[in-house]
Amino acid sequence: MIERTPILNMVTYFIMIFGLLLILGPFWMIFTASTQSLAQVNAVPFNLLPGTDFVHNLQAAWHRANLGPAMLNSLIMALLVMVGKIVLASISAFAIVYFRSPLRHVFFWLVFMTLMLPLEVRVVPTYNIAADVFEPVRWLIQTLTGIELSLQWNLLNSYSGLVLPVIATATGTFLYRQFYMTLPDELTEAAKMDGARPLRFFIDILLPLSRTNMLALATIMFVYAWNQYLWPKLMTTEADYQTAMVAMTTLVPNINSLPEWNVSMAGALIIMLPPLIIVAALQRWFVRGLVSTEK
Amino acid sequence: MNKRAVFKSRWLPILFALPQLLLIFFFFYWPATSVLTWAFSLEPAFGGAGDRLFVGWDNFRDVFADREYWQSVALSLVFAFTATALSMFIAFVLAICVDRQLKGSGIFRFFYIWPYAIAAPAVGLAFRFIFAPESGLIAVVNTWSPDLWNPAKFGSHAMILVIICFAWKWIGYNFIFMTAGLQSIPRSLIEASSMDGSGPVRRAIDLQIPLLAPTLFFLLVLNLTESFVGPDTYGIVDLTTEGGPNGATNVMVYRIVSEAFQGLNYSGAASQSLILIGLIMVFTFIQFRFVERRVHYK
Repeated sequence: MIERTPILNMVTYFIMIFGLLLILGPFWMIFTASTQSLAQVNAVPFNLLPGTDFVHNLQAAWHRANLGPAMLNSLIMALLVMVGKIVLASISAFAIVYFRSPLRHVFFWLVFMTLMLPLEVRVVPTYNIAADVFEPVRWLIQTLTGIELSLQWNLLNSYSGLVLPVIATATGTFLYRQFYMTLPDELTEAAKMDGARPLRFFIDILLPLSRTNMLALATIMFVYAWNQYLWPKLMTTEADYQTAMVAMTTLVPNINSLPEWNVSMAGALIIMLPPLIIVAALQRWFVRGLVSTEK
Repeated sequence: MNKRAVFKSRWLPILFALPQLLLIFFFFYWPATSVLTWAFSLEPAFGGAGDRLFVGWDNFRDVFADREYWQSVALSLVFAFTATALSMFIAFVLAICVDRQLKGSGIFRFFYIWPYAIAAPAVGLAFRFIFAPESGLIAVVNTWSPDLWNPAKFGSHAMILVIICFAWKWIGYNFIFMTAGLQSIPRSLIEASSMDGSGPVRRAIDLQIPLLAPTLFFLLVLNLTESFVGPDTYGIVDLTTEGGPNGATNVMVYRIVSEAFQGLNYSGAASQSLILIGLIMVFTFIQFRFVERRVHYK
């Protein structure tokens, strides 16, 4: 910037190029492996130049892991989670910020505390409740009135089962709360003076104003949902609802099969592409979403 | 903190809060109470009917008496601290370099963010191939001397593999926050210090690192939490080593899930889950103390 430091600049470039190799190396490995034949991919030392079997490997991975429906399932899940989280975040934060009730603090803390309960530590009971959503309702009614109901709702192997348990959003609610707090009180006062009811204020003023927030949140939530692994893996036993991330695991070579790394890398390449495109193409929004949810 | 101008409505806030409230009740708090009750009780013998048996702290005593549990705690500690240190160090060096804003550094920044987009299981699968003992990039060392590198056989190699996966994936995230932190340092400070004759290295050490400290601390806590209990750790271990060989990468979070689903030891898994939840609370508390201090600092 200000001074001439040719040697230091050289060092800086050297480090940055080394970093680039570190970051892009694995991507290049995945790509070249997915273009090679079975013999080429297992050659030692590994040949870092692309081979000729790219299309063949892509097709093999696509058919073997049944990636067509799986990618569609992942897309549906990711979009539903993305939209659901934005809707939930915007309305929850509205209820917290724009109304004066002592319960809003309780609500805020309840939402906040979910951050301390990641899926991994409550995985079995969450699975149980997804298999029988009305269990607490039945229990409540039975202890209160003594009546035994036969209400049942099984979420396993359904889109609602993929989406509902991961859709509650503490980070999104924070982001929206933060955003609402930065809006001037005069805006609300003016709207009220013009006779706007809360619902109209929310739809016609808050939502359009939050467009940048919404886009930022949408990018990180899409990536988050697409990359979900443990939950879809547990709750989809039928192939019809398998997501791409789970389908990819069927391509892992095991001891009893051929080491077809070329096909598994082709599969990995296909499933990692959608979030990568989002991050690369919408980088500005993605970075903004990530940085602003963590304040 | 509070809004001066608010709306009056009885039903609208309830209606707006209700969906999220129901979701967190059904999928977070109800399961959490199950974890709590399971941790302090036992399934009736032979899967028989009847209420669960309250056993107090017995389940915890069993967990603490288990040598494998302590092994998994030790593995988690090694994994979390090494992966965090490695990832943050690399990201930090790259962020400092990119922040010098030399010609073309925008291109580097563009690519350094990529690893964050890749799902942990995909990272695991890719690195499993790259570091496979019989094919891939590293396999060539085994032609020099057999079994120089074999994560399927040696526990330490397997641990190195999962650490590399996690560290690589989190470089992207750490880099994003560090560049954001560096950019928020006022330009005038940098210029003033260079007027006083400090070179880029001196400025990095005496100016940028101290001013970046809050960001670094935030990332430190977050990386540690994520590597202890995060879904990425589970996904990476599941796709690379599955906890093996011989339990050498059976970190706490992986152990809980596999014990609960394959071993069907609900009570043991529940008590281990409670311990992890306690850990997360400690981390969150530390995070909060620090956030508060930062607010005062500003």
